[in-house]
Amino acid sequence: MTLHIGQPQRRENARRHLAGRGRFVSDLALPRMLHAVFVRSPMAKGRILDIDTEAASLCPGVLRIFTAADLNPRCQPWVGTLDHFAGMQSPPMNILAEDEVLWAGHPVAMILAHSRAEAEDAADQVLVDIEDAEPVTGGAPVLLPGAPRANEAADSNLCYETLLETPDVDRAFAEAAHVVEAAFTFGRHTAVTLEPRAVVADYDPASGALTVHHGTQTPYQFQDVYARHFGLPEGKVRVIAPDVGGSFGMKLHVYNEEMGAVAASLILGRPVRYVADRLESFVSDIHARDHDVHGRMAVAADGTILAMEVDDLTRIGAVSAYPRTSAAEGNQVIRLMGAPYRMPDYRGKLSVAFQNKVQTSQYRAVGHPIACAVTEALVERAAEATGCDPFEIRARNLIADDAYPHVSATGYQFEKLSHQACLARLREMMDPDALRVEQAALRTRGIYRGFGIASFVEITNPGATFYGIGGARISAQDGAVVRMLPSGDIHCAISVTEQGQGTETIIAQVVADQLGVAPERVSVTTGDTATTPSGGANWACRGAGIGGETALRAGRQLRDRILTLAGALVQADPATLRLAGGAVVDAASGAPRIALEEIGRIATYRPDTLPHGVDHSLTVAHHFAPVGYPFDFTNGIQGSLVEVDTETGLVKLLKHWVVEDCGRIINPLLVDEQIRGGVVQGLGPAFFEECQYDVDGQLTNGSLADYLVPMAVEMPDIEIAHIETPTQDTILGAKGVGEAGTAAAGAAAMNAVNDALRPFGACLTQTPMTPLRILDALDAALKERTAP
Amino acid sequence: MKVLVNTKVNGTPVQEAVTPRSSLADFLRDDLGLTGTHLGCEMGACGACLVLLDGAPVHACLVLAVQAEGGTVETVEGLTETGAVADLQENFHDRNALQCGYCTSGMLMSAQALLARNAAPSRDEIRDALSGNYCRCTGYEAIVDAIAATGRARAAATESAQAASANTEAAE
Repeated sequence: MTLHIGQPQRRENARRHLAGRGRFVSDLALPRMLHAVFVRSPMAKGRILDIDTEAASLCPGVLRIFTAADLNPRCQPWVGTLDHFAGMQSPPMNILAEDEVLWAGHPVAMILAHSRAEAEDAADQVLVDIEDAEPVTGGAPVLLPGAPRANEAADSNLCYETLLETPDVDRAFAEAAHVVEAAFTFGRHTAVTLEPRAVVADYDPASGALTVHHGTQTPYQFQDVYARHFGLPEGKVRVIAPDVGGSFGMKLHVYNEEMGAVAASLILGRPVRYVADRLESFVSDIHARDHDVHGRMAVAADGTILAMEVDDLTRIGAVSAYPRTSAAEGNQVIRLMGAPYRMPDYRGKLSVAFQNKVQTSQYRAVGHPIACAVTEALVERAAEATGCDPFEIRARNLIADDAYPHVSATGYQFEKLSHQACLARLREMMDPDALRVEQAALRTRGIYRGFGIASFVEITNPGATFYGIGGARISAQDGAVVRMLPSGDIHCAISVTEQGQGTETIIAQVVADQLGVAPERVSVTTGDTATTPSGGANWACRGAGIGGETALRAGRQLRDRILTLAGALVQADPATLRLAGGAVVDAASGAPRIALEEIGRIATYRPDTLPHGVDHSLTVAHHFAPVGYPFDFTNGIQGSLVEVDTETGLVKLLKHWVVEDCGRIINPLLVDEQIRGGVVQGLGPAFFEECQYDVDGQLTNGSLADYLVPMAVEMPDIEIAHIETPTQDTILGAKGVGEAGTAAAGAAAMNAVNDALRPFGACLTQTPMTPLRILDALDAALKERTAP
Repeated sequence: MKVLVNTKVNGTPVQEAVTPRSSLADFLRDDLGLTGTHLGCEMGACGACLVLLDGAPVHACLVLAVQAEGGTVETVEGLTETGAVADLQENFHDRNALQCGYCTSGMLMSAQALLARNAAPSRDEIRDALSGNYCRCTGYEAIVDAIAATGRARAAATESAQAASANTEAAE
């Protein structure tokens, strides 16, 4: 029965936010709470000679100042490597810099005071003497033998490298009618969640219990991290993630400051609050991307794509992030190249390099935007070389909808995708023939419009091969406890978490359908390790597909319990009963037999009236881990229409289209808004967002006045359509959708800008595509045309 | 050293001692417990802390608490209680025009101020009016839709009220 699955149910928890009644960690104040502020290295690299905290310690309100010597011994250092990334290295990290500072912003001292303002006053009085060294901030030369090292504790600047190749790739290039190629640069950007990172660590020495209120998407992961790194029994550690003001992958990494808050609370025996201010967010939240990619594509005369070859150099920080590493992004970049296409041959090389900047790591659509932009830009070039139009060349090369299962040249296994159907649907929505007519007419008036499209696949519902296989204590399974209350209402406690995407709403819809009740009768608890079962929680688009399936199976088990109990009560074979409309009904006729509240009343208050031996437990727990394919891939295609002002380099985003296939859609309202939000998070770095560093490793635009995020006035309306190809790996059939928008928005936009600039022969291969870069590309093209 | 501030917050007179450097946002959040006003950048760029001071939207992170002396402050909590933004809230809810909820209070303030000066704004005008409100989750379109729907409904209600009063006048 799917009465509610598939419906645009509104989010009940949105009402609280609309009334200003959200409960964020940054709102929390506990008795005896202290406020933490960090003193940070102003230099990107150097050796600490002295830290003088005397004047600071005399400042009003200051209770304690920690340096590495006081604080770090309380915490086991962490190392951001994974066993299945062979040969990967990353030096250990601890809370405060011990000797070397490794990036501008590296915490060197921690101040605890009665208010944040007082702690900040004292921070100004801490004197840190650092002998600065030349930081590593550049590109490829950092990997040359003998190059200065970003981190003296590593034996080189190479964190990780790997190579993927098929046996026939060289032959494919040798025999190709055309080889197209380009060098791409994808800038650094960062998550800029509107609520910064926030933590209140509360250690109670009397009970030995640590409670951490933590604005994170993965509370169980942090329960494990805090227990292991601070030597506490796991059962004494509780992590509570209440409302979280945006996360997008950024809030699942281990950060020095959160570990510092826990360590300080353990030492001081009182609550410690740390909330990053925006300036700190820019120099301590993980950054994303930062890739130089050289790509080539071999194409037959008829436009058939034969092979790709890519070389990705990605620069991370001075250590790899923990516990997921900073290498997972690059790993996905080289494995997602060419993924939508039949392309049989491939070579992909990845080099991950240390440098003295903020760490990069997983952020929404890990690796996808890079792989998609490179692939789709090369497809455009291949189309040009072979005289195909953008739709035609994709129609010729996309994996056919009836050709599944399919294994990509990079080894990804696709159960069933719908690229051709998506392409056809996008064509209907965009009407490219009309756009071409309009484009030609406008060009005669000096108006340059262009459109671009980009096919993509997205990795969702990852199993244990993602991290668990590499030794990371990151759960691939999720758990749910579903129970019927005495009133007949339903409660579900589940390990997938809510950051506004609507997890609690879809779980209620799924459970409601299993138990024949309205979703309004299902309350859902998330985000607290003490009240919900352990699980992976939310990352890599697993909430709906894995969390939803967990809830479905738990719900069905409770259904069976209720029917068994009802059978005993109404003296019927449970097989002749089902649940509907809040009651047990006759399966054949639908006639009501007994209401859920009556079952709840008897089971709870009058179990003595039940026949002997009848189980009246109306609580079930169920855990589910993905089975079958290692991932449930989704697919789709996006289109972008832009207008480029060739005098100013400014781009107006006129329209964006998405056709997406995330399998079974549980809630179309929420799915569409996930896609729209994701698209804008892809357009931001395509046009605006970039963490700009100077040669000294200083972030020069680290504030919200300088770092450009996409705002309402610059963003287009986004039209969305769906194809539904449920996965057969689960009963529910849902796949993820949170990263689809981000995966291909930038790629479509880059193709659109280059389409607009085609009459000038100008071509952008670097993001963000700023006005200056567009004017530079126009200028370079002009020089090339007029060169003797 | 603290100074006394006398102000009216959400209709209730308030007298509190604050440090002169306290921002209005910190005063509302930390001293009065009105945590519906959020802090996203503390430099007037993100719009999460917008409140109405004497009826006009201000960044509570850039206004000092002492500047509210003798003034009236309305926060999302107050506007919710009076029902002044009930239709906006309903349309935001219908359209799922919020995800994490951290920008929402500020969005409601900007929307309320826009609709007060322009009853039936175009989509471009709405997008322009939100140019100081950052949202990382939604991509903005749903917010634009919700504000446009509220504007249309308010304009229609005003029109029908005017028509009714014109009819009454004509009858008289």
